[in-house]
Amino acid sequence: MSSVAHDEHHHEEHFVSKYIFSQDHKMIGKQFLMTAVFMGLVAMMLSILFRIQLAWPGEESTILNLFLGDAWAPNGIMKEDMYLGLVTLHGTIMVFFLLTGGLSGTFSNILIPLQLGARDMASGFLNMLSYWFFFISSLLMFASLFVHEGAVFGLQLGDPTTSLPGVWDGSGPAMAGWTIYPPLSALPQSVSGSGLGMTLWLFSMTIFIASSLIGSLNYIVTVLNLRTKGMTMTRMPLTIWAFFVTAILGVLSFPVLLSAALLLMMDRMAGTSFYLSDIIVGSEMLANHGGSPILYQHLFWFLGHPEVYIVLLPALGLSSEIIATNSRKPIFGYKAMIGSILAIGFLSFIVWGHHMFITGMNPFLGSVFVFTTLLIAIPSAVKVFNYLTTLWKGSLVLTPAMMFAIGLVSTFITGGVTGIILADSALDIAIHDTYFVVAHFHIVMGMSAVFGMFGGVYHWFPKMFGKMMNTRLGYVHFWITIIGAYGVFFPMHFVGLAGAPRRYYNYSVYEEFDQGALDMMMDLNVIVTFFAIFAALGQALFLFNFFYSIYRGPKAPQNPWRSTTLEWTTPVEHIHGNWPGNLPTVHRWPYDYSKPGAKEDFIMQTEPLAEGEEEH
Amino acid sequence: MEKIIILIVLITGVIAIAQLVRVYELTYKLKNRGEHEIPNRDNNLNAKLMLGFMLFQFIGFIYLMLKYGWTGRGEPASIQGVETDWLLNVNFVIIIAVFFITNFLLFYFSYKYVRKPGVKATYYSHNNKLEMIWTIVPAIVLAVIIILGLKSWSELTADASKKAEKVELFAYQFAWIARYGGEDNTLGKFDYKLTNGNNELALMTESTIDSSVQEMGKSIENVELKLKRINFDYLSSEYRGLMAASDYKSDVDALVSEIAASEFNLVNAEEKLKHLYGKYTGAHGHINVTLNEPNAETQSIIGDLEKELSIKERLYRSLVQMKQNHNPDFDKLALNDIIQKDTLYLCKGREYDFSFRAKDVIHSAYFPHFRAQMNVVPGMPTRFKFTPILTTQEMRESKNDEKFNFVLMCNKICGGAHYKMKMIVVVYPEAEYEAWMNEKKNATFKDQYFPSEEAEEKVSK
Repeated sequence: MSSVAHDEHHHEEHFVSKYIFSQDHKMIGKQFLMTAVFMGLVAMMLSILFRIQLAWPGEESTILNLFLGDAWAPNGIMKEDMYLGLVTLHGTIMVFFLLTGGLSGTFSNILIPLQLGARDMASGFLNMLSYWFFFISSLLMFASLFVHEGAVFGLQLGDPTTSLPGVWDGSGPAMAGWTIYPPLSALPQSVSGSGLGMTLWLFSMTIFIASSLIGSLNYIVTVLNLRTKGMTMTRMPLTIWAFFVTAILGVLSFPVLLSAALLLMMDRMAGTSFYLSDIIVGSEMLANHGGSPILYQHLFWFLGHPEVYIVLLPALGLSSEIIATNSRKPIFGYKAMIGSILAIGFLSFIVWGHHMFITGMNPFLGSVFVFTTLLIAIPSAVKVFNYLTTLWKGSLVLTPAMMFAIGLVSTFITGGVTGIILADSALDIAIHDTYFVVAHFHIVMGMSAVFGMFGGVYHWFPKMFGKMMNTRLGYVHFWITIIGAYGVFFPMHFVGLAGAPRRYYNYSVYEEFDQGALDMMMDLNVIVTFFAIFAALGQALFLFNFFYSIYRGPKAPQNPWRSTTLEWTTPVEHIHGNWPGNLPTVHRWPYDYSKPGAKEDFIMQTEPLAEGEEEH
Repeated sequence: MEKIIILIVLITGVIAIAQLVRVYELTYKLKNRGEHEIPNRDNNLNAKLMLGFMLFQFIGFIYLMLKYGWTGRGEPASIQGVETDWLLNVNFVIIIAVFFITNFLLFYFSYKYVRKPGVKATYYSHNNKLEMIWTIVPAIVLAVIIILGLKSWSELTADASKKAEKVELFAYQFAWIARYGGEDNTLGKFDYKLTNGNNELALMTESTIDSSVQEMGKSIENVELKLKRINFDYLSSEYRGLMAASDYKSDVDALVSEIAASEFNLVNAEEKLKHLYGKYTGAHGHINVTLNEPNAETQSIIGDLEKELSIKERLYRSLVQMKQNHNPDFDKLALNDIIQKDTLYLCKGREYDFSFRAKDVIHSAYFPHFRAQMNVVPGMPTRFKFTPILTTQEMRESKNDEKFNFVLMCNKICGGAHYKMKMIVVVYPEAEYEAWMNEKKNATFKDQYFPSEEAEEKVSK
């Protein structure tokens, strides 16, 4: 403790440099977390609004009117365009701002230096820049929700009289789905959100990509160069392996999304024809010729698929650590786990075409993507079996973090198996873009990543804030969340099998041809919405627990979970440079739990091998 | 009032939770136990709940499967759909087995191996043989899935047979139009630039090209005229401003209205105004006039019109080129095409070779009952085939719903009314279909495009 006082004495810190423009990785990690939690709440709220619309279409709702106002929900009835806007922003925010920024941004920042024995990131300044770019892009994306008649909060951003009709005009956020396929996203005339809302979306994402690139480069350099003495690559915890591969995926794939976005901006603002050809919108004949909307899809999914693993790998990494610690057992097949992370990372680059089976792409190309996509199931299966074997004959401590990690394995299985159907192009024809797909990716990517994130927060909260979260509230939160999650997404498989297309404002059109199917969809939609509201309310418990514990939670011990990794050797109070004295030296792998012959059921990585002891 | 009550309830709720947490923490403190030490009671309770959750998951699944399953769509109504459903069921058997086994192991282990006093976890870090098994077994299963899948895929996407009836589906915000090949079963050529009021599918024939060239020419003249007028308005108001002195004011007014009434040329008009200005200032020879820039509004209107003009000129040039290159022999392919809105009629047992075309944004032609789907992409032709094997009537009987109909829906987000973009599909038995087709033979593109000609022909007969 004396060293802490010593440290504080010499680095008299300003409020601004400590809490706002901080270059300390721990503070930046917390900033990422707070921003992402806010964005996540916004996106969740959006989903509740469109769930209300789906369950009770055409019914007057004071809630819709309260949140959307008279412009978008006159008399409490949501407008068609706004429905698309809500769906689009829900997806965008969840995928990029909560699960990319929030998961990788938070935990890579906090854990990479701490688990590797580094004093900070390779570049504290770039790290700070990465957060502030993220913050600005979050603000822009959030602001785009309030676009109305060419203005945000009454503030006109562009000059509508310039020769770019529509780009600074229009109402509402982007409305072309989170994948913003052109021409819908390229032509402001085609939907009201493709004006200023889409312009803001594109600017926001451009800045987001810059943030992600800067962050990822920093993570890679830190992992490669700043490992402490003895921390070889094969002694790194699986969390670090996951963050490392995630960062590589990000560096290689996000620039492609940037080029996709820039070309789209040029089609919108500079009259180019990258994605446009032979179009008449309304009664306006455009002269654009020779572009291809499919080119955009290739570029988008070249990021879009690795993005799934950018979201998923950190969650799997966190849960590996949590499951090993709380099973009091080494993670089973450590090397196989690394191998499967690498295999998933590699394969994720050559499967993007499975999002495009029915775009009219050459069927032979489709078959190649079927093959590569189904290959991914192998490393995924290895991971699942390794988790199961880690639990087998363990001595499980069911902390809230552990329960979320187990929940993750469950959703990873349940959502993963339906991927086998969707990866099969012949079957994809029948269920592409139906609720079956919505169910699949929400469970396998959305829920797994969210569970990983919750697990991570419960597990490393003591490290982040020096306090303990309330366990019982954590339990209630877990049960509400997992029951809610399954209740929301499981019935969607059946809605999808019945043929219901996604992104439909309502299913009234079925009245004209299939009342039976409509009745079934409405039954299930109501159930889904109830579970969604139930799960959303449950998150209030988490928020309460989170903020209450930051201020009033009991003080955390240094190593609350009796874990082996280096972050638990640092003092509870954060200090610059993480360790008061010399950096720790590593002597063993991070999974020596319940090793025969040891006194305790865990051996810290800093503990030298006893005489005659084998490493593992 | 309502809002205040909700607010009060919320606040009291938060306070209540906070107080509960305080009490709970105090008891922990009394017992001298930290938050990180999970008591056995909690541990065991949650372990049992894990098992309970597994039951909730499994029973929920079985219930939904029994109650809904495939019922929403009913049996497959095309040859290709039968193939798809068979393969889908094979895959479902595999994945449902995996779902039950692995989820069972997960929750059962979470229950069974929960911490027990005195029992230590087994140090078991790896087993190459086991890991090999669960790499190879999934690989074999996946190989089977891949082989079966690719076999179906190559059949489903193979070219349709020569005999297949050719139908084009044209998609736009927010409806579908079908076009049948007609007597020759060949679809006529098209080009989007030929779109106009009485040729909404932009079919290409000598006369449609001619009328589009003419129309585009007229439209360009119109824009030029507008540009001339707005430029003249700007010039005249500037010169009026310059010569606001009373003795010339009426002269300017007279000149402006004289020019405006004639089919003037902008350069000459400006010369005349300049000349008058010379008289007014008493200048000789070359006259220098400094005018203000047009205001922002005028500039933006001029900018828009110039942009419109350049687009139209570009289109005009391509149209003229199209006219020069056109081979009139192809006209008859388009002229006997049959254009069909609202309802798509198909014949049971006949193979259809669909081609797809979009007018504005990407759409997707989705036939859930035939298990068929293909995107409709502007500027890029796509195609798909299927063979209906159930008539609408048969499907109604099978689903026990007298009002049931097949449908073609849009399944790619395409704008506000996306959810309403559909076309009813009716599958007739052969005889009925032929009857319908015969009726349609007098309602070809030619009949629609040249109604008067048709009348004349009838008279001459």
